[in-house]
This record gives sequence, structure tokens and C-alpha cells, in this order.
Amino acid sequence: MIDRKHIGHAFPPHVSLIEAGRVRLYCQAIGETAPTHWDAKIARSAGYRNILAPLTFPTAVSMDSPNPRRVIELLDISLTRVLHGEEQYDYFAPICVGDEIATESKILDIYDKKGGSLEFVVLELNMHNQLDERVCKIRRSFIVKGTQSGFEGRSS
Amino acid sequence: MSPLNFETMKEGDDLPQMRFPPISRLQLALYCGGSGDHNPIHVDTDFARRAGLRDVISPGMFSMALMGRLVTSFAPPFRVTAFSARFIAVTWVGDEITATGRVAALDRDARSVRLDLSCLNQNGQTTLTGRAALSFAANRQNNTWR
Repeated sequence: MIDRKHIGHAFPPHVSLIEAGRVRLYCQAIGETAPTHWDAKIARSAGYRNILAPLTFPTAVSMDSPNPRRVIELLDISLTRVLHGEEQYDYFAPICVGDEIATESKILDIYDKKGGSLEFVVLELNMHNQLDERVCKIRRSFIVKGTQSGFEGRSS
Repeated sequence: MSPLNFETMKEGDDLPQMRFPPISRLQLALYCGGSGDHNPIHVDTDFARRAGLRDVISPGMFSMALMGRLVTSFAPPFRVTAFSARFIAVTWVGDEITATGRVAALDRDARSVRLDLSCLNQNGQTTLTGRAALSFAANRQNNTWR
């Protein structure tokens, strides 16, 4: 069982510079070709500060923390037992190339189902930009499988 | 597809589905770098086999990104106020994903829309379910989203 004392644990905030090359690589990987995600001039004429990051890019921003494995390290669980269960975004303002995004994250909840054979860890991440505008909230849940259950058949 | 029009939109409308080519190892490698998710289970076959898998598995977030492309092919990004996905089944390298969606709810007064979304693999199995909320409020602008 994961120690419930970690509920409410807040990780040190981190700041990410949104680099053009990173957004380009992300768009290339997912096949995104819309001009607002590639061309600064077109993005600006559409009202954005600069090239717009795709809807799911905030998750990439969250991976910029100095130690992306800090959650599993804190909770002392093996990476191979962890599945991504859910990802939820609330959007308040766009993330554009050149932005500096500050991310705060905390453990919102830890609970179990099926007599403890499945545990759930819920994280909340809040992002603000260099203008101190709130840009995005992420609610992320991980499923942690018991040591005796298999891996295949259900995973991120 | 005709320009997006809230006035003529109605519950039950289907989004034009998007079919994606088989997920390649190159795509997973690019995604590993672009997303910052360096979990070896998505790119390193040796690691995946040691973990008891037959091959690498595609990140759930990769499919969610494809689902996001479906959403923003339907409505411009500044209209999207919320987007969520639940990861239901494994997606393997080589799988062919189709993203589908429909207008599940529509509020004429609030000028808001809820989309129900899915990703399916080549066998018709649902791999992700999702939802997106759209706002067609007149004051929601590109530059502020408010």
C-alpha cells in the first residue's frame, strides 16, 4: 500500500521556457500541421503572441520538472507497475512559444479499489505564464497495480 | 467540411472522423523527445521485453494528442475550455488509430458544447474515451481565451 501521508504533498515549482524547437518536434511527432502551430506570422495574425502549443502540450511542459520521476520516487513504486489512467485539462489562456510557464504540482488524492489490488494516485498541476495569467490546470491520475497482477491488457 | 457554425450545430452531430497511419517507431522516438516522456517502455524494445511485453507500447498521451487534433480540426483551439481522456486499452507500435467524436450536449443559452470522443484501434477496440468542452461565447477571443 502507498503511504497515505503523501496526500497533499506539494512538489517544488518549476519554470519552463517554451522553445520553438520543442513545439515543432511535438507537432511533428503527432502529425499536427495547422499553421498556427508552425508559423509565428500566421499565429500572430490569429491573435496569439507567437506559435501556439497544441492542446496536449501542457503535459509536455509538466515533464520539464528537474526530476520527472519524482512522483514514483516519493511514493516508492516501480515504474513498471504504473499506468496512466486519466488526463484532464482546463484551459484558461494559450501557451505560446517564448512563454515562461511556472508549474506547481501536488498530490491531490491516493485511494484504492478491488481490495487494495489497484491503487490510484491523483495529481493536480497548475500553470501560470510570465504575465502571471493562469493558463492551465491538469488533473492526472495514475493507476498502480499490485505486484501480483499482470501488466498487459490495460495500460497507457 | 463547411465552416464551424454554432447556430446550426445540434446534439448528435458527428465530427468527421480522423484515421491515422500505423504508429511507427520513428513517431514514438520523436514523441519521446517532443513530449519529454522518456519512459523506455515506449521506445526501448529490450526494456519492454524485460517488462514482459511483446513490444513497445504507444503512450496514452500520444493517442490523446491525436484526439486533440480531432477536436481542433472541428473547432479552433481558443474555443476549447476543457479536454479530458481516460486510457482504456494498450496501444501497440503499429496500431492504426481512428479518432471519432460527436456533439453530446449543446446549451444554446450558455453557447457551450460538449463533445464525446473516442480512439479505436484497427480491430474496433476502444483504446481511449474522452470529452471536450467548447465555448462559443462572443467574448471568447483568440489572444486571451476569455
